[in-house]
Amino acid sequence: MIDKIANQKAWFFILPVTLLVAFNAIIPLMTVVNYSVQETFGDNVFFWEGVTWYEQVLTSDRFHASFLRQLSFTGMILLIEIPLGIAVALSMPRKGPWVSVCLVLMALPLLIPWNVVGSMWNIFALPDSGLLGRMINGIGIDYNFTQQPVSAWLTTVVMDVWHWTSLVVLLAYAGLCSIPNAYYQAAKIDGASNWAVFRYIQLPKLKRVLTIAILLRFMDSFMIYTEPFVLTGGGPGNTTTFLSIDLVKIALGQFDLGPAAAMSLIYFLIILLICWIFYTLMMRHENQ
Amino acid sequence: MAKITLDNVKHSYLDKPAGDIEWALKHVDLTWQDGGAYALLGPSGCGKTTMLNLISGLLTPSQGRILFDENDVTALPADERRLAQVFQFPVVYDTMTVFDNLAFPLKNRGASSEQIRERVVEIAHMLELETELDKRASRLTADGKQKISLGRGLVRSDVNVIMFDEPLTVIDPHLKWQLRSKLKELHQQVGVTMIYVTHDQTEALTFADQVAVMLEGEVLQTGTPTELFEKPMHTFVGHFIGSPGMNVLPCKVDNGVPVFADYPVALSNAPGTTNNVVRTEIGVRPEFVSFADEGIPVEIVNVDDVGRYKIVEVQHAQHSIKMILHEGQSPPSDGAKIIFDPAKTYIYTDEHLAA
Repeated sequence: MIDKIANQKAWFFILPVTLLVAFNAIIPLMTVVNYSVQETFGDNVFFWEGVTWYEQVLTSDRFHASFLRQLSFTGMILLIEIPLGIAVALSMPRKGPWVSVCLVLMALPLLIPWNVVGSMWNIFALPDSGLLGRMINGIGIDYNFTQQPVSAWLTTVVMDVWHWTSLVVLLAYAGLCSIPNAYYQAAKIDGASNWAVFRYIQLPKLKRVLTIAILLRFMDSFMIYTEPFVLTGGGPGNTTTFLSIDLVKIALGQFDLGPAAAMSLIYFLIILLICWIFYTLMMRHENQ
Repeated sequence: MAKITLDNVKHSYLDKPAGDIEWALKHVDLTWQDGGAYALLGPSGCGKTTMLNLISGLLTPSQGRILFDENDVTALPADERRLAQVFQFPVVYDTMTVFDNLAFPLKNRGASSEQIRERVVEIAHMLELETELDKRASRLTADGKQKISLGRGLVRSDVNVIMFDEPLTVIDPHLKWQLRSKLKELHQQVGVTMIYVTHDQTEALTFADQVAVMLEGEVLQTGTPTELFEKPMHTFVGHFIGSPGMNVLPCKVDNGVPVFADYPVALSNAPGTTNNVVRTEIGVRPEFVSFADEGIPVEIVNVDDVGRYKIVEVQHAQHSIKMILHEGQSPPSDGAKIIFDPAKTYIYTDEHLAA
């Protein structure tokens, strides 16, 4: 046996990572926690409020409404983007010169900054001067996303589908490319139909990338801010005010730091909870 | 079940192959009888898998015809050729149970559920998979999965031929032997033609009645394991099969008599005309080289005792020759001389057995 000499200097090795985590996660988060249990009237004077703000947020109709809007929006775009992404990935060529053309085309929307996407669609969809807006009105449909909630919703959803389906396509395409050829050959010999190949080979093999795609799209769309803010500004009325837009209104518009902090934490926990449930369900199925 | 004929088949993966090198399969004429066990043996990249895929219909040959019995199937797609293939890596449908995996080919062909059940249970029994039928296929070990792959071929009663593309690659060494014996047993039981592709001579020689040895897109020789061992038609066959492989020694031909480093060698075949020949070599297996009182003087370089026999490496004028000494024999201490068994020594002109 070697006599161990206690050498505590090794702790210094974790100092950089401790600092990093402290400054980018713990300190900001604790600041928010701090705000969420206090009331301030400026001048750095704070009063202890306990869980008052949490109760207020959780029982407020305004929060319920924007939470519901958020859930519907995320649900809608997932229901469209995931199947559409898989379908596009399936129809993309697996080899040849068109592969790179398709990949670049697919990647383009992902390269555009979010506020630019918002402005683009805003101009594109304007009922009187935008190409899309004029066309829709031209074929006799009354469409005005600045006035009608349904039009505003449709435009927001279509914009998100345009912007983010590519991500699902690229992930699904990568997953499809990693399926060994022998599976297709075996299926051919077994006389499997195209549907059977999709159902029993491609879909099971895509499960992992699709889990990632759904998680990413869920988190991103649940936190969406810039694009709808630029496109509709949350309107008409409050009809496209999603959680993050509402949060910014409370925090920066009304300067209610306490309720805004409490809402941020609730918002954060909701995302964490849904991701955890989804991931656990997917993985449990995997281990069966 | 059917006889398989490859009639003047050539294949290239390119549209316009230029030169020999671009043909994956240069020229193959081959007939395989119904119900036989065949092996395609050759190093990686020799065209074995290409040939297999041509037979299965996953590829269409650039030239030539493929016949099952007398029917030309060259243009038929894979699922209409009534064959089954087991791949290098086990292919199972992960989300299905073992039962559903085995039932899949029958279901796709519209069999009734009673027929399916009966057939699947029968095949599962044959493959010793009965107890696993309700498990998910993804939970089986590699050898179990390979059995499922094979089973999906066996459940179809109309299968002409089952093909194996290096099926034991991912199987644990101690299970390889077991699975191979199982294959052999199944072959005798079912009587369906089996074609087995491998680069492992032991696998090929133990499995097959007839082995085709391939190199660079050509079939060099087809024969029983004994024929390949005793009379290789090509120096590569001699070298590739056997452990250690055949000694291939350069020789000159003097007035019709082959001469290896000043010593005339008695042979089993005649050198024939050697006018346009670039290279003449004699080939003799280590098993047919022995020490003698009179013969070619050699220096002993190395003796390797591998248990039941010794592998002795000797040298004459920089030419290394391997020979096998059986248990109890030992190399002479000095002045060693060797002879070749004339009945088992051949001359090769440009690598081919001289005729």
